[in-house]
Amino acid sequence: MQAPQSTVDPSEIAKFEAMAAEWWDPKGKFKPLHMLNPCRLDYITRQIAAEFHRDLTQPEPFKGLRLLDIGCGGGLLCEPMARLGADVTGADAAAGNLPVAQLHAEQSGLKIDYRHTTAEDMAAAGEQFDVVLNMEVVEHVADPLSYLTATYDLLKPGGLEICSTINRNPKSYAMAIFGAEVIMRWLPRGTHEWHKFITPDELVELLSKAGLTPVDRKGFVFNPISWNWSISDRDLSVNYVTSSIKKS
Amino acid sequence: MKNTSDILIVGGGLNGPALALALAQTGHSVTLVDAQPLASFEDADFDGRGYALALASQRLLAQIGIWDQVAEHAQPMLEIKASDGTAGEGPSPFFLHFDHREIEEGPMGYMAEDRYLRRALLQAVVAEPKITMINERRVIDQEIDQTGASITLDDGSELRGKLLVGSDGRQSGTAKRAGIARSGWDYGQTALVCAIDHEKPHHGIAHQFFMAPGPLAILPLPGNHSSIVWSEKTETAQAIHALEDADYMAVLRPRFGDFLGEISLVGKRFTYPLNLTIANSFVADRLALVGDAAHGMHPIAGQGLNAGLRDVGALAEVITEATRRGEDIGSLLVLERYQQWRRFDTAALAATTDMVNRLFSNNNPLLRLGRDLGMGLVSSLPGLRRGFMREAAGLTGDLPRLLQGKSI
Repeated sequence: MQAPQSTVDPSEIAKFEAMAAEWWDPKGKFKPLHMLNPCRLDYITRQIAAEFHRDLTQPEPFKGLRLLDIGCGGGLLCEPMARLGADVTGADAAAGNLPVAQLHAEQSGLKIDYRHTTAEDMAAAGEQFDVVLNMEVVEHVADPLSYLTATYDLLKPGGLEICSTINRNPKSYAMAIFGAEVIMRWLPRGTHEWHKFITPDELVELLSKAGLTPVDRKGFVFNPISWNWSISDRDLSVNYVTSSIKKS
Repeated sequence: MKNTSDILIVGGGLNGPALALALAQTGHSVTLVDAQPLASFEDADFDGRGYALALASQRLLAQIGIWDQVAEHAQPMLEIKASDGTAGEGPSPFFLHFDHREIEEGPMGYMAEDRYLRRALLQAVVAEPKITMINERRVIDQEIDQTGASITLDDGSELRGKLLVGSDGRQSGTAKRAGIARSGWDYGQTALVCAIDHEKPHHGIAHQFFMAPGPLAILPLPGNHSSIVWSEKTETAQAIHALEDADYMAVLRPRFGDFLGEISLVGKRFTYPLNLTIANSFVADRLALVGDAAHGMHPIAGQGLNAGLRDVGALAEVITEATRRGEDIGSLLVLERYQQWRRFDTAALAATTDMVNRLFSNNNPLLRLGRDLGMGLVSSLPGLRRGFMREAAGLTGDLPRLLQGKSI
């Protein structure tokens, strides 16, 4: 793979390098995301492989698929998807993340199209993708239905959207806010507002209203004994993920 | 510089080729560098070296496609008899007896001669198009950067990969160059290793005599041959090793007893100083250590190679899963999973092996009574005995898929 020309302002590189190092430090500020990432990737890769009949044991199995990651942050999902051969666009509304992600992709020798934009703006511009990753975003937006409608518009017919978020119940409050933010300080305080959390049934209803056809839902479960995450068919009580398709 | 291959492996003994095969079979390109010339594939003479392969190790060798070539020259270990003995007095009446018929998995392991195992591995490596083998070259420099690891060979050529693996033994240069220090201690003992011919058949039974100076193991090889691993205080061992063959056998015979009839020496004699050396870390950025490079241990129960093959199985699985997720296989994030998997296991094994050795290399009458009673107790409790057998067969713990006999 050919690394793209750097689009990063040279005077800012030192700062962004430090931030990139932070995003990609497994023991740093984004440790909870790094811990969850293998589990998220397992789910995402298997869903894409099943939907588009790809064989994950082959090199670059996602070649030819156009993929959008909304809320891409430092590129924790974009880079693996690019390594698997997908043509990846990463979008983030926070301008500061983009040069950081761009720089890290260049260092990794990966070609990823990072953009400072929103799902709504991209949909308005008529862009379309085979796969839209919508991970841990919907709980942060003001109007989930109009946001999800934009993600529907961003899909080609027959396309796949993977959407994950946090359930709303006393346990998710305890785990995500009190546990992760207050006790463990895994996340900055104020990262989440509990009333914005969405239950799986509410999300499925919203996705359907947006025009999508939900086809799968699973839980991501943290095991404090083995200290890692796993995918669960039944336990959607805190973190969970859904797959939906846009019927052609 | 462009990558020479996905993964560079330094050290072409047994673990290095096994790892190269496992990784090539899941689609990775591998370059394997070894300081030695490529071993001849002609029938080598038996040099006296053999390995007690646990059942789990045999399963890995089958998965990477070389067991058939090894099997015809391997002896199944059907029973293990462990007893407390004093040189000259023969075994005490209390002994542990493990019979494979008590566990459903089959033989607890196999004895394989070094020459056949090595040949089978190297033939498969040479035949595998995804592996490049470089012989008679030493690594003189290595450099790790953000995207890969580069090594310089003594002919000035440079190689580069996403990940560098050191399988270069207990003196691992790969670990040293990465600034990874080692901890360990010396047992003050040396293992004497040789192979013998014996008059009577061994019936696939392995024996371990725990004697005051150190343990003596008799491990059945194909035919009327056995491999002997015999530990003594280092001074005594050196004195014995310096003896002529006939005098050496005169020292061995009384320790051995006469249950196999007349015995005579075949092949060479070897000595191995017994020390424990564990790398303070098994991984660093873009670097992983396997086998003796990670942990050189007391070969009391033939666990050195078996532990190495567990590393191979675990690392190949971690790397392959990471590749299929699109993760960067050289990142510490990925490599830490291998370290977490193997470090606890290794520390536990080293500690147990050390404890067993300390307990049995002792003539304190109370300890002797205690271990005689302990052996009688284990012997009389089938559940406990089966547990020990599964441990000996390498079937306990969080087993990598290849060691369960499954593909990755």
